[in-house]
Amino acid sequence: MLAKRIIPCLDVNAGRVVKGVNFVELRDAGDPVEIAQRYDAQGADEITFLDITASSDDRDLILHIIEACAAKVFIPLTVGGGVRKVEDVRRLLNAGADKVSMNTAAVTNPQLVADASAKVGSQCIVVAIDAKQTVPGKWEVFTHGGRKSAGLDAVDWARQVQALGAGEILLTSMDRDGTKSGFDIPLTRAIADAVSIPVIASGGVGTLEHLAAGVTEGRADAVLAASIFHFGEYSVREAKEYLRSKGIEVRL
Amino acid sequence: MSRCDVVIIDYGMGNLLSVRRGLEHCGASVVVTTDPDEILSATRVVLPGVGAFADGMAELRRNGLDVAVRELAGKGTPLLGICLGMQMLLDESEEFGRTLGLGLIPGRVVPVPSVGIDGLRQKIPHIGWNGLVLPEGRKCWGNTLLHAVVPGEAAYFVHSFMASPTSREHSLANCLYGGQPVTAAIGRGNIVGCQFHPEKSGEVGLKILRAFCAS
Repeated sequence: MLAKRIIPCLDVNAGRVVKGVNFVELRDAGDPVEIAQRYDAQGADEITFLDITASSDDRDLILHIIEACAAKVFIPLTVGGGVRKVEDVRRLLNAGADKVSMNTAAVTNPQLVADASAKVGSQCIVVAIDAKQTVPGKWEVFTHGGRKSAGLDAVDWARQVQALGAGEILLTSMDRDGTKSGFDIPLTRAIADAVSIPVIASGGVGTLEHLAAGVTEGRADAVLAASIFHFGEYSVREAKEYLRSKGIEVRL
Repeated sequence: MSRCDVVIIDYGMGNLLSVRRGLEHCGASVVVTTDPDEILSATRVVLPGVGAFADGMAELRRNGLDVAVRELAGKGTPLLGICLGMQMLLDESEEFGRTLGLGLIPGRVVPVPSVGIDGLRQKIPHIGWNGLVLPEGRKCWGNTLLHAVVPGEAAYFVHSFMASPTSREHSLANCLYGGQPVTAAIGRGNIVGCQFHPEKSGEVGLKILRAFCAS
């Protein structure tokens, strides 16, 4: 049986993993390759790197990190952040990434999703959707790290990116991100039911119960979390053991 | 003792670095090449690949690599096809119309079942970790590249199409998706194909790559 996946997410700034505290203060949290190895040893099913590097001078650092990681960590690696062109996708895949995630660029240029998936295959293309509730049961898509409304309905956009060739959707609730109050379950379920491609739930995980709810009530195929793993509250293995105790299929 | 030599065929489809790193981690000395002569003189050969079947076959043919692969398979060189490289070992594929494959293992490439045995829709592509199980009629994985794998151990899959070998004896391993069997590995003599990515399947995948390096 296909296992539900647990995916730790690492924010990378200028070659180092950073932890955001209240989204403002960035603290150095260590070497990305070492941290990825640690999560791999704990049983992570994939690792996602989100490149938040602001300076274009430091942009290529992520390529070296992925290269180094691919030599030591033998599980799938996803990279997102700053992907603008098909060439960016190719460079990341050639460095050892298995999937590339795009967000703002997919909204401003949907053809990029189609071109990239035609070139490298749908299975390598993840579209990240940042969504915020407008009225109950309705969510709007945001871009530019959540600063700009795209004027798109999240469920419609999810269907559209699937039609364009996305192989997976990484769904983040802007309302829940950083709150530790759990996934936005109605949002997760609305998107998961609207598309036939896998959906990764993100934003709001504070407890292991939240992870389980994302899968059972939200019907997500995978759950992504950062802070509960980074701050050592739980290991990936503890999270998986908990999911298994709830009858959820995991790889242990 | 000399290091294990593996040649990876580079025909322009997908990321070869991860396969290379996985094999190197298992002690192999790896050469990535587009040269049919280098491929033919290899001790072991990996046919990797990600992407569409028709594109993969066209690229192989354009470089004369289809002939080289058939020849090395015929002379008994250990050959491991991964993902698209596994699917191309078969006779033909239904992906985007009918396309002929290498014809090294009888069978076809068909869509992954999109409906489970419970009648519920399955997500396609089939992405993630799924347990390897023995197909009907197979008792164990002894004498195959999977000999060190314990049935039930999971490997990483990402695909929408799958192999459907004509003969049950060429079916090495399956996984279950929505209760339906999905071909995970096929084999015929010196030729083995994995639908999953051993280079991305953690320790389970490394066990298979180590077995290949020792074959």
